Order: sequence, then C-alpha cells, then structure tokens
Amino acid sequence: MTLSRRDMLKAQAAAIAASTVGISLPAAAQPVPGGAEALQIKWDKAPCRFCGTGCGVMVGVREGQVVATHGDMQAEVNRGLNCVKGYFLSKIMYGEDRLTQPLLRKRGGEYSKDGDFEPVSWDEAFDVMAEQAKRVLREKGPRALAMFGSGQWTIWEGYAASKLMRAGFMSNNLDPNARHCMASAATAFIRTFGIDEPMGCYDDFEHADAFVLWGANMAEMHPVLWTRLSDRRLSQAHVRVASLQTFANRTSDLADIPIVFRPGTDLAILNYIAHHIISTGRVNEDFVNEHAAFFVGQRDIGYGLRPEHPLQQAATGADDPGAMTPSSFEAFADFVSTYTVDEASRLSGVEPDQLEQLAELYADPDRKVMSLWTMGFNQHIRGVWVNHMVYNLHLLTGKISEPGNSPFSLTGQPSACGTPREVGTFAHRLPADMVVTNPEHRRLAESIWRLPNGLLPDWVGAHAVQQDRSLKDGDINFYWVQVNNNMQAAPNIANETYPGYRNPDNFIVVSEAYPTITARSADLILPAAMWVEKEGAYGNAERRTQFWRQLVEAPGEARSDLWQLMEFSKRFTTEEVWPEEILDSNPDYRGKTLFEVLFANGKADQYSMDEIDAAYGNHESEDFGFYVQKGLFEEYAEFGRGKAHDLDYFDAYHQNRGLRWPVVDGQETKWRYREGYDPYVTEGRGLEFYGKEDRRAVILAVPFEPPAEAPDADYDLWLVTGRVLEHWHSGSMTMRVPELYKAYPGAVCYMHPDDARERGLNRGVEIRIESRRGDMRTRLETRGRNRVPRGVVFVPWFDASQLINKVTLDANDPISRQTDFKKCAVRITLA
Amino acid sequence: MRLTQRSALLAACLAAMFVAAAGALAQEIVPRLTGPAEPMADVTAPPVSSPVEFDVRPIRSYPEQPPIIPHSIEGYQVTLATNRCLECHRREYTQLVGAPMISFTHYMDRDGQMLADVAPRRYFCTACHVQQTDARPLVENVYRDMLLLRPGDDE
Repeated sequence: MTLSRRDMLKAQAAAIAASTVGISLPAAAQPVPGGAEALQIKWDKAPCRFCGTGCGVMVGVREGQVVATHGDMQAEVNRGLNCVKGYFLSKIMYGEDRLTQPLLRKRGGEYSKDGDFEPVSWDEAFDVMAEQAKRVLREKGPRALAMFGSGQWTIWEGYAASKLMRAGFMSNNLDPNARHCMASAATAFIRTFGIDEPMGCYDDFEHADAFVLWGANMAEMHPVLWTRLSDRRLSQAHVRVASLQTFANRTSDLADIPIVFRPGTDLAILNYIAHHIISTGRVNEDFVNEHAAFFVGQRDIGYGLRPEHPLQQAATGADDPGAMTPSSFEAFADFVSTYTVDEASRLSGVEPDQLEQLAELYADPDRKVMSLWTMGFNQHIRGVWVNHMVYNLHLLTGKISEPGNSPFSLTGQPSACGTPREVGTFAHRLPADMVVTNPEHRRLAESIWRLPNGLLPDWVGAHAVQQDRSLKDGDINFYWVQVNNNMQAAPNIANETYPGYRNPDNFIVVSEAYPTITARSADLILPAAMWVEKEGAYGNAERRTQFWRQLVEAPGEARSDLWQLMEFSKRFTTEEVWPEEILDSNPDYRGKTLFEVLFANGKADQYSMDEIDAAYGNHESEDFGFYVQKGLFEEYAEFGRGKAHDLDYFDAYHQNRGLRWPVVDGQETKWRYREGYDPYVTEGRGLEFYGKEDRRAVILAVPFEPPAEAPDADYDLWLVTGRVLEHWHSGSMTMRVPELYKAYPGAVCYMHPDDARERGLNRGVEIRIESRRGDMRTRLETRGRNRVPRGVVFVPWFDASQLINKVTLDANDPISRQTDFKKCAVRITLA
Repeated sequence: MRLTQRSALLAACLAAMFVAAAGALAQEIVPRLTGPAEPMADVTAPPVSSPVEFDVRPIRSYPEQPPIIPHSIEGYQVTLATNRCLECHRREYTQLVGAPMISFTHYMDRDGQMLADVAPRRYFCTACHVQQTDARPLVENVYRDMLLLRPGDDE
C-alpha cells in the first residue's frame, strides 16, 4: 500500500487531532477495530436537563460514563432535534470541579460561621445541620426555618421536600426559584380558569395560522419549539408571526410584524387589542355569553417592595392587590375604550399601523392564533394582569382550547410545571392545585400522608424575595437551598440576598453539583448527584410527565437531593418537631423519626427493590431498602387522580415518551376543557371551564400602570436582563462545557451605537453599569444578535463574575410575588 | 479546504495547552464560574474574546455532535427573507463554493421523511451550530471520548 503525500499529511493530522482527546489511532484505519462488541453504546431515554420545553434525549453510556447525547426521534416534543445545549448534555456532569464531598465552614475543628470550607463526612455534615435546625426550632419555631428549591427538582424531590418542610418541620416557608420564573403565569391560570397550566399543547404549533410572541425570545430560549414554529411559518405561506419585544433579537428575525415597544407598555397594547376586537364587532358573543364572566381588578396595587418604601406607602390598592369585583361586558367595553390605537401608540412608541396589523390577527375570526410568552410577561410588576389580558383576547374571540387556538405560557425550567406547580412546592400550595389555607385540602393531605389530623400549618410561607429579606432581617435563621443558584439569580443581591446568607444568626445549607457563588456563600455545602446520576421525573410546559433512569454513578460521595432530604429526616424525632398536643392525641406517632412517619409510612415504602429494573442502579433505593421513587410517585399521584390532574401509573412512564395529564385510562389529554379531547368535560357541553364553579373563565378589566422605576435624569437607561442561547440560566452547567463556553464566554452589555457614541464609548470597552442599588463592570457590545433601541440596554445574567443582579431592583408583582427583572433604571460610564 | 501540517500541529498544541492551563485552576476561585473570592466584590471584566477561524475542522466529540462553525459568521443574516449559511451549505451550492453540505438529516421532516430541499424546521442554523472564540476553558472537562471507553477494557 502506498500513501500519497496528501494521505500521509491527513493521517498525521488525524493522529494529532485525535491525541488532543487522548485517542491513539492505528497506522491505517481499520474497518471495525475490536469487533462488534467494541461498537456498542448503551442507549436510554431521558428528558433534557435544561429548559421547560422538555425535549426527549437519547443518552449513550459506555463504561459508566455518558459518551454521547442526541435528540430522541421517538419523542413527540422534538422528534430528533436538540438545541446546541441539548447536544452537549453529554459534558455537563464532567466539569473537573464537581463537588464530591460535603464541605463545612470550620475553625479549630469546629463549625464556625467565619471559618473556611473543609471536607467533612456526611455524618458530620448532617450532625451539624440537624443541631442548627433544632436550635432554631427550639428558639423560634417553624417560621424561622425555610427552604428554597427549584423547577429543576425532580417530581419526587419536590414532593419529599414538601412533606419534610410542611409535615415534618410544620413550616410552609418552602418556595421554588420558579417564583422568579412563572409564578405570574400560575397565579393567572388559577384566577382565570380555576386550574393551573395551559389548556393546549405543543400540537398547536402545527395548527395555528398566526403566532404572537409577547416578550418571548423563543429563537434563543426555546430553540426546539422555535423549530416547530418556524417549520409552520416557512412551509405555510398564509401563516404570520408577530414578535413583540423590548429590543430586536433573533426571534424578531422571523417576524412578519416585528414590534419593539417601550418596557411595560404591553399592558396598554393588550387593552387596545381588546378594544379593537370589541369596536370592530368581532366579539364571539355566543362564546362569551356561555363561557366567560367579567370582573374588575384592584388598581394601584404597589410594587412588592418593602412596606416602608415610598412607592408602597403611596399605593392605595396594596392591601388587597388580588381583589376582583364582578362586572359586565358593557363595563369592560367601556373600560378598554380609552385604549385607542393612538393612545396605545403614544404609550408604547409603536406605529399605529403595526398595532392594527397585530390586533387583526386576534380579531379575524378565520385565523387561529397561538400566543406565547415567558419571562417578558411573567417577570413583570403587573405579571398576573398581563397574563389575564392575553386570556381576555382569546376569550373575547373564543380562540381557545382547540387545535391552533392557544394562549400558551412557556416555562423556563425542566420541571417548573411538574414540580413547583403540580407537586406544589410554592409557599401556599399542596399537590394538584390545592392550597395550605384550605382546611379541607390540608385534611386530605394529612389523610393521604397518613399523618395526624390538624398537623399541617395553615399559614402562607415566605415567597422567594421575602425569604431573602427575612434572612437579612434575622427572622429566618435556618435555610436549605437545593438545585438553584440564587446568589446569582435573585434581584438586588448585594443589599437583599448576600447579607442574609452571611448574617451570623443564620445557618445556610446549599446542595449543589458545582462550586457556584451560592454554594460559596453558604455555611455547609452538600454535594449533589445530577440528571442521569439518579432516577428522575420532570413535567414540561405542555403537561407532559417524563421519566428517566439512573444511568451512571455520581462522583465521589455526591448524592441526589432526594437522598439528602430523606436521610436528613432520620435525624429528627416527632417529639423534637411536633407540638405536644398533636402527640398527646396521636400517641402512636411518639418516638418515631421523621423518616418513619413521612417516608417509611407503609405507603411510600410499599414497593420492593425487586421492582427496579436490574439493568439500572438506584442509589437512593439501595440505601433505604425500598423502591423510593415509585412509592413517592404513587402516593403523590393519589392527590390528582379523579380530580382532572390524573397521572398514569409509575411503570408506564418508564416505557413511554411521556404523557400529557390528565391521563385517564392510559389516554393523555391534548386540549383541556374541549369535549372530544378532555374526558372531564360534561357530555354535550362542547366546552367547559370546569375548574371554575360557575364554569366561566374570567375576563378582567385592569389598566396600564407604570413600572416601579423608569429612566430619569440621573439614571437614564432602561436595563433589561435575560439569557442567551448557549447558556442555561446561571451557566453553572453550560459554562463548564468547553464548546458552549467558547461560543459565548462572558456577559456583555448590548447598547444602541448612538447611545454609545453619545457617551464616548467604543465597542468592547469596559463599562460600569450603575443603579440606585449597586454596580458592576462589563464590556460594551453595539453589534451582534441583539439590536436594542435607544434608551435601552440588555445584559445576560449567566456570568458569575458579572453580577447584573447587584444592579436590579427587587420590585415584584404584588399578586404573584414574581420579580420584575426586565425594568429598572441605570446609567453607564467608562469603567 | 486546504489542510496543512503546520496548522494541524498548531491547533493540536493549542488545544493541549488550554486543557493543561485549565486543569490547574480547578480548585481555585474562577470568577466566571464561582463568583469572585469576596462574592459581592467589584470584578474587572476581561476583554471580549475574538472569534476563532479554524484552518481545519475540529474533531467532533461524538458522531452526532453538531459541528461547530469553523469560520466567522459576523454579520450573517438568518431571517425570514434570507439565510446566509445556506447560500454555501445547501446541496446545490456546495460544489460551486467548496463548502461541506449540511447533513442529510437536515432534509428530513418531523416524521423522518426526506424532502426535496432543506427542512423548514432546520432553517435556524445557529440553534445548534455555534462559532468558537479564543476564550480558554475555565476548568477542565473530564468527559472522555467513547473510543477510550471500550467495553471490557481495563482502565
């Protein structure tokens, strides 16, 4: 065999390239080196670890390591596609700095708040942690204990956390970071339809004639759903896309109607569209008469700031922000009539003809419309209102609950729906849309959990922003954070978050996979197993519940959050945490550990190890001696079965590619409230909003109200924060994947070239962004994927060295208590 | 594409250097990953990294990894009206411009059926294909290539 010079060079280059990943190549390529066996990869399904889309992924394992991942052809959500983050899932677990053992701040061999992190055993970690929790419980009671979880908790992790906090420690101070993400959407669902989560599903993408994006940059944040939307737009000439943004971005690139509006004025635009529908006689009267009820909302509801803040003091409606008063169609029509196209244009800065084109998409009875939104709507000081306002449009026209007519709230986390909302890990919620303030709901939970009557607390716990304030003020003293990076994600961190973590009265525990800034701000770090290092379940944005198996072992002593919750519960006896009167009237519970009463309760522990497929590990079950995930899931599913929240049986989800609840007789539900699709609709009714007692969805009259802070002479620019395609949220996983890191290595500030020129700033210079709260340094970008209008800047928050949340304001929606990360005032100077 | 020994060597050496440098930092404060040593401290923002132009196309981590974009795409438009990427990488243009054709999978619809031209669902190239900058990885990633993990081999 002779090799040409070209062949030799090629072989050499290949060898060199291969050596960079450590492979040695034979002198000449062999057809099948090592035979068929050496080619085998063990493939299993799992949902993606990142956003709320819930793409199916095939995960390839060899010798105990994930070696490849790609989109699952059989997954209905994505049919073989992934975004660039999904394609690099194979590397997220392998950052060299994975946490592999518990780390405790110590000085002189003892725990010390001002000590340095030292490795400790799980035993020592839990000993110190339990001692601190017991001290706080003894001194102050359950209200001084809190936990902050996540929409990345698996279903059973959130469920176990809810049991441990509410029933174990008798504290409703349990909230997820999903509060920052979609509390406004969830609250508006309950208020409008009496039941949470979208009525439609992703199949709507293939049926709609128009898509309206309200502040959602789907091209970057939900790229795979964007493929379904662009597939529809590009292959059907009549389809139209309207993109409403506060700056032009990749989503605007596909838009037929690209709109850039002034921050916060979406409220006015939505009321104008309602007025347009009414004034042009396009209200679907039959639908409205039969299925809608009109209400007027409380006004001037404040900004969720601390009570002493002047804006709170001035707000006349802040005492009861969620109040709704019955009203009529005529009153609603009259109310929105002041939102003329000229008025909406004046407020929003959008040309009247663009607004009219947009309004026609909704008004035209022959056009099926899908509205889509995420953080632009939800992270809004009037987030609940703005969600209501889009439902107003779909309800006035009857464009709802059928293929292609779909107001659709997207979510940002893989199990924002599955865990915080469905399991109910918000400070006020229980599973299946039940709430802690309802005595019947508490009684049902106590009965399903086999716990004493009257045990569960009836008070609404502290929400995310309140937890930070209470830690700072010393009202919450024991805090456990799981599966999130709140020191980077929370608003106004230098003033309202960090001080609470370092408050000497407080003990802060963070369960993490990597040394994030949140972990480093804690007193005890617990190493966490992640994604396919444990058996898990997520619920995506279209009500689809998806399972996966443990496919590889976690490194070192890392354990899942589920294991941590359950193992920690062994350190407490009922006498240490429950009131004497409960134990007096229920003496059987005396002398038991929380593990025994919560997890080994004869129900959650009823499935044996034999039921676990022998081909897979399951580190929690191996430790506890029963099939933990199955027991917890089946106990949890009891809450929703027969109540329009039905989940299928545990084993089914390990076989299928997920099912959309309610799952009745093994059949999923694609469109809720619509006869023929949803088994809960009364026969003959056609459509029925059965979540509401009167079977009517709410159309709410609420006005445009201004943001908490707007640019002025001192701070002359709007700051909008958000994400980028290549990084997921705070970047703790994606920044450790070389290809993703190198694609977008650090945060920058996008600014209009004229605004930069006016300040004498050139592209690439170091700048300081400053607000009334704090400041940070970054680099200036005047080109690229985002084209901001004058007066607005955009900064992503994935970079832990450029903490834009030192600058943001902790104003939030007074109804949902979700933070507005999209609107505050800043000034920019050369650093 | 022209392949030279020198450029290949250079790429390999650079890649090796990056990994070595990153490994040493693993246990330290790496502000972009861990936040600053004093978490709320003021940190200098490093200069913006520059896009890298590769002389040779880098090896993929696994066969189905979307190839990274080995050239600059600054100013490229991918919009409703135009797609600059497909102007070279669509089947019919590849011979003329000498660009590799996009994978045949990009001609499949949702049901896996082949279409006569690029599937609309694959239109937005940058959802999967990204450019690289000269930023050095902050920490080593110990992911191992599948060829190093052969069933039955001892470690």
